[in-house]
Amino acid sequence: MSERDIPGDELRELQRRLTILKIGLLLVVGLLALRLWHLQIREGPHYRDLSQSNLTRSVVLEPARGLIYDRNGVLLANNVSSFSLYVTLEDVQDREELVQKLMTLVGLDESRLRKKLSERASKLLPRKIKDRLTLREAAQIESHRLDLPGVMIQAESQRNFPTGLTASHVIGYVGEVSPDQLELADYADLHQGSIVGQYGVEVTYDRFLRGRAGQKLIEADALGHEKRTVSVEKPRAGDDLYLTIDLRLQKLAEELLGDEAGAIVALDPKTGEVLALASRPAFDPNVLSRELTPKQWDEIVQHEGRPLNNRATQGQYPPGSIFKIAMAAAALETKTVEPSTQIRCAGGYQFGRRFYRDWKAGGHGLMNVTQALVHSCDVFFYTAGQRMGIDTIASYAKLFGLGSPTGIELPSERVGIVPSPDWKVKARGEQWLPGETISASIGQGFVTVTPIQMASLTATVANNGVPVRPRLVRAVMDRATGRVLELPSVPLSRLNLKPDTLAIIRSALAGVVTEGTATRAKSSLVTIAGKTGTAQIAALRPGPEKDIPKKFRDHAWFVSYAPVEAPRIAVVILVEHMGHGGSAAAPLAKQMIEAFVKLAPYEPRVVQSGSEAGPVLAALRAQETHD
Amino acid sequence: MIDRVLDSRQFDSFDWRFVAVVCAILAVGVLSIYSVTYAQPGGGLPLYVKQLIWILLGGAAFAIMLLFDYHQISRVSYTLYVIVLALLVVVLITGKTSRGAQRWIPVGPFAFQPSEFAKLVLILVLASYYARAPREGWMQRVVLPALIMMPGLFLILKQPDLGSGLSFLAIYAAMLLVVGVRSKALGIILLFSLMLFPFAWEMMWGSLHDYQRQRMMTFVDPAYDPGGKGYQALQSRIAVGSGELVGKGLYGGTQSQLKFLPEGHTDFVFAVFAEEWGFLGVLVLLALFVGLIILSLEIAYTAKDMLGALLAAGIIAMICFCVVVNIGMTVGMFPIVGIPLPLMSYGGSATVTTMAALGLLLNIKRRRLTLFY
Repeated sequence: MSERDIPGDELRELQRRLTILKIGLLLVVGLLALRLWHLQIREGPHYRDLSQSNLTRSVVLEPARGLIYDRNGVLLANNVSSFSLYVTLEDVQDREELVQKLMTLVGLDESRLRKKLSERASKLLPRKIKDRLTLREAAQIESHRLDLPGVMIQAESQRNFPTGLTASHVIGYVGEVSPDQLELADYADLHQGSIVGQYGVEVTYDRFLRGRAGQKLIEADALGHEKRTVSVEKPRAGDDLYLTIDLRLQKLAEELLGDEAGAIVALDPKTGEVLALASRPAFDPNVLSRELTPKQWDEIVQHEGRPLNNRATQGQYPPGSIFKIAMAAAALETKTVEPSTQIRCAGGYQFGRRFYRDWKAGGHGLMNVTQALVHSCDVFFYTAGQRMGIDTIASYAKLFGLGSPTGIELPSERVGIVPSPDWKVKARGEQWLPGETISASIGQGFVTVTPIQMASLTATVANNGVPVRPRLVRAVMDRATGRVLELPSVPLSRLNLKPDTLAIIRSALAGVVTEGTATRAKSSLVTIAGKTGTAQIAALRPGPEKDIPKKFRDHAWFVSYAPVEAPRIAVVILVEHMGHGGSAAAPLAKQMIEAFVKLAPYEPRVVQSGSEAGPVLAALRAQETHD
Repeated sequence: MIDRVLDSRQFDSFDWRFVAVVCAILAVGVLSIYSVTYAQPGGGLPLYVKQLIWILLGGAAFAIMLLFDYHQISRVSYTLYVIVLALLVVVLITGKTSRGAQRWIPVGPFAFQPSEFAKLVLILVLASYYARAPREGWMQRVVLPALIMMPGLFLILKQPDLGSGLSFLAIYAAMLLVVGVRSKALGIILLFSLMLFPFAWEMMWGSLHDYQRQRMMTFVDPAYDPGGKGYQALQSRIAVGSGELVGKGLYGGTQSQLKFLPEGHTDFVFAVFAEEWGFLGVLVLLALFVGLIILSLEIAYTAKDMLGALLAAGIIAMICFCVVVNIGMTVGMFPIVGIPLPLMSYGGSATVTTMAALGLLLNIKRRRLTLFY
């Protein structure tokens, strides 16, 4: 037995030393107690707040976006359920295996998938991997759910445009609210990730369409699993829009343009209601409303046809001979010419050292103002323009709305240029050259206009000098009350023109179609008045047009209204690089007008109100997803 | 011999107090485990039931350690040490890996952790070593016991199990302190440096960048804080702090119930308790632990021989170290190392080991008046 079991000095010594241990331990426990007091009592409220914010989170309940219909109630934009694929990394056990499985189940680009998985974001929160899964893909994922921990399919509302490319420039598309937009007062109650209009009436009427988001306060655990709902504030669906567009005319306009770049605008000259507004090439709003990769976006933006450009409201072209309508009004109003004044056209106009040609080489002979419009004689207007001076020309061009926005409810409308000496000094820092007045007199040179401005001008003439503001939305249906709010036409005051002036112009425009430059627009169904225009984009060498590369060829214009006696429709055609308005544009206008007449008896239908809407609207709405 | 001890005397009031304190702490532990895990789905036995089974097993270990004279137990300490070392080698070769560390030997549906047993065996070995003969001089007092400890320490750090490794060092230091080294200062410095190590660590820690900390932590103990950014430490502090004075009530701990607090039933069980019972509950719990320490020290004071006193000191050091470091890391004073809270954290090996150690402690007290022959 070697244990030393007799209590000796050594043991006493040892036990004395235990006191050091005891004091040390009690000291440390005291420190712990102090720390706990600090944490729980002094900083307790702070940590209580932290634990509370850990626990409750607010979930935004996205409102259903308002629907968009054409004037007859045909659906143009709605919301459909779409499935998105989410992955929560925290719950993923084997990332490599996940990648392989997802690749086989869903059509995914591997490098993009890997990039999304390795993006810096919370592992605890689901990250979106792919949207717009096909039903088949969603079903595949769901059935393999047990093998795919951390993978989640979420049903979401997705904007859908059943008519595809049709009327895309009018309807527009939607997308996530941009940081710049969030700065604006109108977007103040939105949050990052909110879907708002980004183009077309989707953006100009976003206030109505977007509705109001609701909010749900939930208690969630660390993985975000919902445990309890604290409170719910329901979202309010957006209001529905009824456009002035008639889808049948719209489709026809787009067919008429076909593959050519250009624009067609048809409107009711009395009310300004736009029946068709086409711009080609177009874009697919379904694609643009999706989350695009930068590459896809670049492809669309850098496409040489510039499909995102709304040529009807943003395309600025020299008006060519259409400008002669304003010139004729100016000349008659200023008494520069009397209705009977005749000017000889010998095929050109000598000014200084330069000879300004007429489009007709041999000249038109003696022309009064009516004849000059009917045959689009250049020399007559060279002479009149030279007599009036550029400032007078500019003031009458402005009177007809040139150089100003028409006020159509589309974003970023361009205004063109009404040139004057003042303008040239400001814009270019150069002096006005006298010869430039002569070019401007026939709508060439610096003058540019948009097709919608020309539609407005045509409507003003058709409407006996009373301008209207073109508009795209007839009515808004308030979702909350079901009440339909008809938006009124905006009455503008009659232009200060003599009735005779307009009468002369109107009869001349009728003559353009019956005997002038636009006989190809003559219709057996209805009387049509119009004016051709050819917008030069490069100084022309004489020679056959087919020898000129297409991108240097002239733009073809035609403005028209019908019936001549009591106009109900005004149509503007612009086709880029198609040469003469009379041959390329006028026949298209005729087809538009005839189609419009065939839709007779044309009675603008009263928009259905919500209570009467009954099964039709209910069915349409059932397609939407409500949260 | 066994019979004589048990027959001759009933448990006296001291023993009852000791057992009552232990049972109270165990009960608080089971309650906290129940609170945090009762709502969690999952097959098999609920965790609190499993913990009750561990406590029953621990009770058996307690009884066994009480029955045999500690002198007899100490005689097999080297054999036990060899067995434990063998088990530690087995762990390294075939052990079950969990959270990046290889610590467990699976036995049927369960898994046990030899490093926990190793702590108690180390106490036995060191106490026997010092008690067998007067160990004089540097070599015998300091270096040799260190050499005895090394293989175990090495194998444990290899797993890696930083918490158990630190416990090893704490036991060794406490032993040195009570046997006394030539220069007392050395022992004191050793012990205090060990105690202060976490504070110093924390200060140094505070001056590091996040990524440096994370790298370092991953280096030292890859099992912890895999998400980085001090998530666990923060959530633990929030749990404790938000308990305030009276706590959120049983099952009311949002931090632990909703899984913001990781490891609520094991290493962070103190946070669960503190969140649900508040500062008042915490004071009661601390009082229970202080009571246990005082009663244990009482045993060490009155031990009749060196072996008993040394064993008692080692056991006290082991338990106190775990309590202090565990609570310290829960309240954000120490870095997070994997040390369970004795008698409270869920875990079979730790519970059984701690209860066996307490049985041994009571054994020392009960034999102080018997003559050993």
